[in-house]
Amino acid sequence: MTGLLSLTTFAPILGVAAILILRVFGRPEDAKTVNTAKWIALVTTLATLALSVLLVLQFDASNPGFQFVEDAAWFAGLHYRMGVDGVSVLFVLLTAFLLPICIAASWRSIEKRVHEYLIAFLILETLVIGVFCALDIILFYVFFEFSLVPMFLIIGIWGGARRIYAAFKFFLYTLLGSILMLAAILAMINVAGTSSIPALMAYKFAPGLQTWLWLAFFASFAVKMPMWPVHTWLPDAHVEAPTAGSVILAGILLKMGGYGFMRFSLPMFPNASDFFSPLVFALSAIAIIYTSLVAFRQTDIKKLIAYSSVAHMGLVTMGIFSGNAQGEQGAIFQMISHGVISGALFLCVGVIYDRMHTRDMAFYGGLVNRMPWYGLVFLLFTMGNVGLPGTSGFVGEILAMTGVYQASTWTAIAAASGVILSAVYMLTMYRKVMWGELVNPKLSAITDLDAREVWIFLPLIISTLVLGVYPNFVFNLTQASVDQLATVYRAAIGG
Amino acid sequence: MSAQTLLPIIVFGPLIGAIVAGLFGRRIGAIPAQAVTTGLLMLSALLSWVVFAQWTWGGLEPFTITVLPFIHVGDFISNWSLRLDALSATMLIVVNTVAALVHLYSWGYMAEDPHRPRFFAYLSLFTFAMLMLVTAADFMQLFFGWEGVGLASYLLIGFWFKKPTANAASIKAFVVNRVGDFGFALGIMTVFWAFGTIQFAEIFPMIAANAGRTWQFAGQSWPLMDIACALLFVGAMGKSAQFFLHTWLPDAMEGPTPVSALIHAATMVTAGVYMVCLLSPMFEYAPVAKNIVTIIGAVTALFAATVGLTQNDIKRVIAYSTCSQLGYMFFAAGVGAYQAAMFHLFTHAFFKALLFLGAGSVIHGMAHEQDMRRYGALSKYLPITYAVMTIGTIAITGLGIPGVELGFAGFYSKDAIIHAAYEAGGAGHPVGYFAFIIGVFVAGLTAFYSWRLAFFTFKGHARWTSEDLEHHWHNRDHHAHDDAHGAHSDHATAAQIETHDEPLAGDDHAHGHAHGHGGHDAKPHESPWTMRIPLIVLSIGAIAAGFAFHHQFIGDEKGEFWRGAIYNAPAQHGPAAEGPAHAAAPVGHGEASEAAAQAAGPVPAHAEAPEAHHAPLWVVLAPLVASILGLLVAIYVYIIREGLGARLAARGGPLYTFFYNKWFFDELYQATFVRGAKFLGDLFWKGGDQKIIDGLGPDGVSAVSYAVGKGAGRLQTGYLYHYAFVMLLGVAGLLTYALWAWNS
Repeated sequence: MTGLLSLTTFAPILGVAAILILRVFGRPEDAKTVNTAKWIALVTTLATLALSVLLVLQFDASNPGFQFVEDAAWFAGLHYRMGVDGVSVLFVLLTAFLLPICIAASWRSIEKRVHEYLIAFLILETLVIGVFCALDIILFYVFFEFSLVPMFLIIGIWGGARRIYAAFKFFLYTLLGSILMLAAILAMINVAGTSSIPALMAYKFAPGLQTWLWLAFFASFAVKMPMWPVHTWLPDAHVEAPTAGSVILAGILLKMGGYGFMRFSLPMFPNASDFFSPLVFALSAIAIIYTSLVAFRQTDIKKLIAYSSVAHMGLVTMGIFSGNAQGEQGAIFQMISHGVISGALFLCVGVIYDRMHTRDMAFYGGLVNRMPWYGLVFLLFTMGNVGLPGTSGFVGEILAMTGVYQASTWTAIAAASGVILSAVYMLTMYRKVMWGELVNPKLSAITDLDAREVWIFLPLIISTLVLGVYPNFVFNLTQASVDQLATVYRAAIGG
Repeated sequence: MSAQTLLPIIVFGPLIGAIVAGLFGRRIGAIPAQAVTTGLLMLSALLSWVVFAQWTWGGLEPFTITVLPFIHVGDFISNWSLRLDALSATMLIVVNTVAALVHLYSWGYMAEDPHRPRFFAYLSLFTFAMLMLVTAADFMQLFFGWEGVGLASYLLIGFWFKKPTANAASIKAFVVNRVGDFGFALGIMTVFWAFGTIQFAEIFPMIAANAGRTWQFAGQSWPLMDIACALLFVGAMGKSAQFFLHTWLPDAMEGPTPVSALIHAATMVTAGVYMVCLLSPMFEYAPVAKNIVTIIGAVTALFAATVGLTQNDIKRVIAYSTCSQLGYMFFAAGVGAYQAAMFHLFTHAFFKALLFLGAGSVIHGMAHEQDMRRYGALSKYLPITYAVMTIGTIAITGLGIPGVELGFAGFYSKDAIIHAAYEAGGAGHPVGYFAFIIGVFVAGLTAFYSWRLAFFTFKGHARWTSEDLEHHWHNRDHHAHDDAHGAHSDHATAAQIETHDEPLAGDDHAHGHAHGHGGHDAKPHESPWTMRIPLIVLSIGAIAAGFAFHHQFIGDEKGEFWRGAIYNAPAQHGPAAEGPAHAAAPVGHGEASEAAAQAAGPVPAHAEAPEAHHAPLWVVLAPLVASILGLLVAIYVYIIREGLGARLAARGGPLYTFFYNKWFFDELYQATFVRGAKFLGDLFWKGGDQKIIDGLGPDGVSAVSYAVGKGAGRLQTGYLYHYAFVMLLGVAGLLTYALWAWNS
């Protein structure tokens, strides 16, 4: 079905148009109008989800190449090229899956400029889906860069007390990376004479040039992931962002870095990737141990989860650059799983933040006395983040480690020690928040999950468990594409 | 019904129970939740015995049922499957029998607890995970069960979530086990790297051909099988609380006593032993790793026994006893006597669960007092508990008559282990003698601390008063009230006062008690029938498990019984050349081990009994003599000269202090790992992230913009739009440049 991909990508824009019309012709501050806008956003994101499910159903998993390809002349010699393979279709699905949850999670917590807020999320959805579908490098860059804007605004306008600082930190880091990437893109186009991603994947860049191009792309993707030592923007961004902003940031935006490594660095610069893989391994190993230890010392729940994200992304980068099937699949799975679990954890923080307006662990304690269902849900995602087998967190973790073990035993040892540390900081946090006597009198009337919150968590709970027990759902989709990626990569580096 | 039909019912029944009780327990009520979980466990236990009987006497062949694919990535292939062989059949009856009895026992023990559905859900969840562990056909499902039981253990230790010590203990258990799993995971990765598969049935036949392979690390060549097995053993050390990774087990006694019996005595902690026996085809080609297993096992046996001598908390004594007995099992496996290790695992499950549940009965009768210094003379108040505890004590101390081969459970299994160690020593393996000497010595210590517990509790003069019990019951009631009506801050204060008042009371304060509403005579009372029946059933096991099954496990029928599930290397490969325990070769039913055996060399045609047929008489008698000596000393110290023990303890010599403080492991780990992690965390956070990375990076750059933003005051949001606009301009400008470059 041609056009399905574009329809999925731009469907959210239809919602944007509807909300704009409502805002222009309705009374924007009227509670009823605001409510209608929320429903429009929710229906739009759900429709996008339905489209992306359709996309997955129609996807031929045995074909390793790009599917649903659209190619149209754009302007000035540029092409509008779209298409998905087994990896990118999965990220489209993840994006479409998380967006309705974000909208629902913001239902009550956002009170100012609601229309703009919803519009920002819908535009962000289009841009992120575009990132995963673009088959033209210029188009990719446009989506990749512009996705910064709505995120920047979400943090900067609807964020917490230090939102300006956080937004700028986020902006500075990512912009710095992307300028270098842009230079590299221009150089590639000049050398290869095409901006088509499939053509660039087939083009063999000279090893010397690969080194520079790789470094430039690395600068951008490493910031996005984020990798140590360019990770410090993430905790600040998360702490200041509204709950749904954190969900989208951890759930999807970080994955653009990992996706970039798999789409560009590995297939286009295989020799440089091989050459620099020790660097990536070292930075990933440091990230895991360093940020896990830092997470252990946090008193702000959100900051702890943010640091934990950096550690978990370390597993992704090491898996990608291990260059074998287990490493790649582990990295992809870890990204999907982390998208669900970290998103859910930020929502868990959101639940108590909405009620008490603090994320300080010391304020809480003994919540399970009044919130048993919340305790169960929070426990599930805590265990998922710890990588307990049976949850999706385990599968990606063990595969990524197994993959990197074959490439670098030291790195695998460092990664495995991160498994110990994740248990330390997550369980300590859970204990401080949930267990013990309920001593803080302000908590004496706190209420358990309401129906809306249960509905938000339900899809996340199901995904975490189903993917943990039957991860082959993902592997069946990605196998052909990943096998090809690994085969081509190994052939290119002569391994 | 065929075993293929029964096995899924046995394994998934408890899962269904856990889901029903866990998710709907509050709706359907506590009693239905208890009935569903207990009923399904009873069914599983019954069917397990059916399958075990089919295996032992019905000539059932080993089989594996594949339920669902799990992870399929390249050669990394794992399935959800149910494997049945002699090892898993044995574990099925151990796990399900004890689990069913513990479920029943908990009806009485937890009767007053407001969170019973949750408790029973956790128990059943644990059982399910344990069953998945023992029926795994590949490393991933084994790991799933491994961490699954760890989760259940964590939840059950921390069951009384209001109690800070329980919370801390649960985290400690999980984290220390994670340290073990660190090794376990690396071991699995090493196996996958070496063999390109994680299926047991595919790995085992390949091992003989890979026996001499090396593994490169840190510029050195290492023997592959030794490394892989040593790493896997680290996992076993964590789960089975062996020396260095044992610290969590005593603290785990913070959980309710039925949990201690099921998880921390009979089943979960034996998973490490099970794993080493399951992987016998690998360990047989890893002589260095086997020596490590032997040494760690023997040291643990000694260490835990010395600490057990001095503890006053009844549950902690039994916990250290468990730790010590697990040490026996490991050094048996280490010298190649896997059959004896599994046999001891089997008998130990009965008598140790009995001892724990008996201790629970005492604690229940004594208003949740756990300090033995406040017991004494309880035999006349708790006659049934006294009787079964005595049976359990006889069983663990291994009393029996060597000549006619008649004795309690521990007599068969423990002696077989000690003899096997001696034989290994005779076969040119000094670690065998090391383990033998420790094994005999610790048999004496075991007898002493076990009888000490029995005498201290049931004999002598009462060291409690009716007022003590009254006081306890009163407080428990107060707390039951707390639980029922939700906690408020003033109750927390009450809890602190109580804790302060009773520093020795370790068990649940959440467990309310119905007695003591005035008019109670404040005497220790015997437990209800739900608690007595499990005690009596387990007593039968503690008496007869050894006598009834020693032919199958370690005797003349063992080749027929194990049918290839355990592999013993033939003499020219095995480290213990002539030990009778090693001569039993697979008889060829298990395809994997059979192939390995064939690859390894000629298979001895006959399977020898591992009992002390070749051992000198003094070796046969040594453990018994040591055990009787321990008993006599205990009689002298705690009955004849009652009070001597307390006076010795009060004097507190250096050795006593060392033992009493558990060899200072907790202090050592606190000072190094815990403090170290906190220090590094702070260093990286405040030094690394804030000073260096942010200080040199974004803060320097953004300081100006931030100052502008702050100065702008309420115009902040307006400024944001400006910045956004500037950024858009920048992106657009870059894009323009791109287009220009492309066109030129």
